[in-house]
Amino acid sequence: MNKVLMQGNKIIGEAAIRAGCRFYAGYPITPQNEIPEYMAERLREVEGGVFIQSESEVAAIHMVIGASAAGARSMTSSSSPGISLKQEGISSLAACELPAVIVNMMRGGPGLGNISPSQGDYFQATRGGGHGDYRIIVLGPDSAQELADLTMDAFDLADRYRTPVMILADGMMGQMMEPVIFKTPKPRAYPESFIMKGAGAGKSKIIRGLILDPLDMEEHNWTLDRKYQVIARKETRHELFKADDAELILVAYGTGARIAKGAIKRLREQGLRAGLFRPITLWPFPTNELRDLAKKIENFLVFEMSTGQMVEDVRLAIQGRARIGFHGRPGGVVPTPVELTNVVMRKYDRKEGIIDHY
Amino acid sequence: MMKKVFGRPQSMKKNIFHYCAGCGHSIAHRLIAEVIDELDIRGITIGVPPAGCAVLAYNYFDIDMIEAQHGRGPATATGIKRILPDRVVFSYQGDGDLAAIGIAESFHAANRGENITVVFMNNAVYGMTGGQMAPTSIMGQKTTTSPAGRNNVLDGYPIQVSEIFSLLPGTAYIERCTVNSPASILKTRKAIRKAFQYQIDGLGFSLIEILSPCPTNWKMTPIESCRWIDEVMSKSFPLGVIKDLPAAAKGEQKKGGPRHDG
Repeated sequence: MNKVLMQGNKIIGEAAIRAGCRFYAGYPITPQNEIPEYMAERLREVEGGVFIQSESEVAAIHMVIGASAAGARSMTSSSSPGISLKQEGISSLAACELPAVIVNMMRGGPGLGNISPSQGDYFQATRGGGHGDYRIIVLGPDSAQELADLTMDAFDLADRYRTPVMILADGMMGQMMEPVIFKTPKPRAYPESFIMKGAGAGKSKIIRGLILDPLDMEEHNWTLDRKYQVIARKETRHELFKADDAELILVAYGTGARIAKGAIKRLREQGLRAGLFRPITLWPFPTNELRDLAKKIENFLVFEMSTGQMVEDVRLAIQGRARIGFHGRPGGVVPTPVELTNVVMRKYDRKEGIIDHY
Repeated sequence: MMKKVFGRPQSMKKNIFHYCAGCGHSIAHRLIAEVIDELDIRGITIGVPPAGCAVLAYNYFDIDMIEAQHGRGPATATGIKRILPDRVVFSYQGDGDLAAIGIAESFHAANRGENITVVFMNNAVYGMTGGQMAPTSIMGQKTTTSPAGRNNVLDGYPIQVSEIFSLLPGTAYIERCTVNSPASILKTRKAIRKAFQYQIDGLGFSLIEILSPCPTNWKMTPIESCRWIDEVMSKSFPLGVIKDLPAAAKGEQKKGGPRHDG
């Protein structure tokens, strides 16, 4: 497979098509419009492909529910305000144990916010997002290559665990162009018996999330929870970058991690041995892996393009075993590696450690 | 030899309806099941029940069913039908579901001309939640949230879904029926059958509105409720065929008029 230069949003579209996505419904919103546009074009070309420009984000996710139940690999995409609207359907997908892929190209918020890259939807994504007791798998790509790889993986994970999977990136990831190689997708392994296609001569099937008896509902909640625990045990992913000899670890994901890598290069040039811990799965969060790291490293600095959301998961993981600092730029501001370098120099003292730690 | 003249449709489960005495849902369910049997489509039909009194419809229909969140039935049905175009897909919706919270999903599914059938149960009140005002509550109707009667200044007007939807070029067949008498029940059955047949023939979106008694929330006896539909409710919601494009096209052909494309 050749290397091609593509824009992030289109990479997601192409990876989805190659992964066998045959249904897309969505409503335009900046900065992810290239995804519906790309899908509109590509789904015409592939056999059985269906593209619908829905009347709303709400309708889009409920169309995805129908298409997923009917057996198609299905996707929708949006950006922050639109993702809020989709939460009703995401909650239903989780309740009914239906696979689907949801892309969130985050922008500044709350409210309408703006259209600049931001990471303010971490809480919403990693805590389920909609009403009720559930989690969804959340993947945080930091490069074009990962946009492609994780989009394909998202469909596999959604099928394997019959659960919605979110690609959580931001406007910068969606708009930037980078070279990418599309890997060969795995053949789909989704049992026919899960698909609703009419009862035929057999027993009729019901797909529902309504369980009126509290004891039955509780059992359903625990069944879902057991599934989430399996996911947490088996599917957690992270990347360590220059962490072997590090005295200080930056923790960042997505676009934030790219900036952190740039800062780490500069810090090392100045003699500060910084490294990076990058969660790739934001839910499940790589809690144990980060905790292990805190056994040998005393100082951590969390960087997010928000006022501080993932930092709470970092604190939960490290449990007071190390000093944790934080630097945030919310509102659609994308800081430079130089800024982050300066922040680290200001907040970290070799003798004192992180100065204004939590 | 004995001949069976009445029995449970094969597309119905052997469960007892939970609906109140005099409620129209059980009649409508039965009619749909009879039509499914008659057209021999049990194995290829997928139903989308709503939130509301009919949320448990899958306890009664012995066909594949997938629940929809409140109002989203036509969107979910769209997703199913587009992936499985040779299946018969219908949504079953109440007046709050279709005309309030799900008006966008319903309107746009109709406007896209999705080849699905919508069975629209209009009882002019929110039944499940205890009798609040519906978008189809008639002028002056007293409900728990319009205690002084529906007042257009506060509450707007009852929405005539069938008439409004008939203006959309995407809709093929729309009829308003009721289930308050043996004659009207038979008429409704015919309408449902026609709608399903049109879908099978690929003729497009159809909507069957059924004026349905809700004695519990109307605070009437079942007999009074049936009478209220005739004497009051159907004045705001006139019964009859509101649009039937396929039949019109056929008629024009018979008369030797211009051929209707599609």
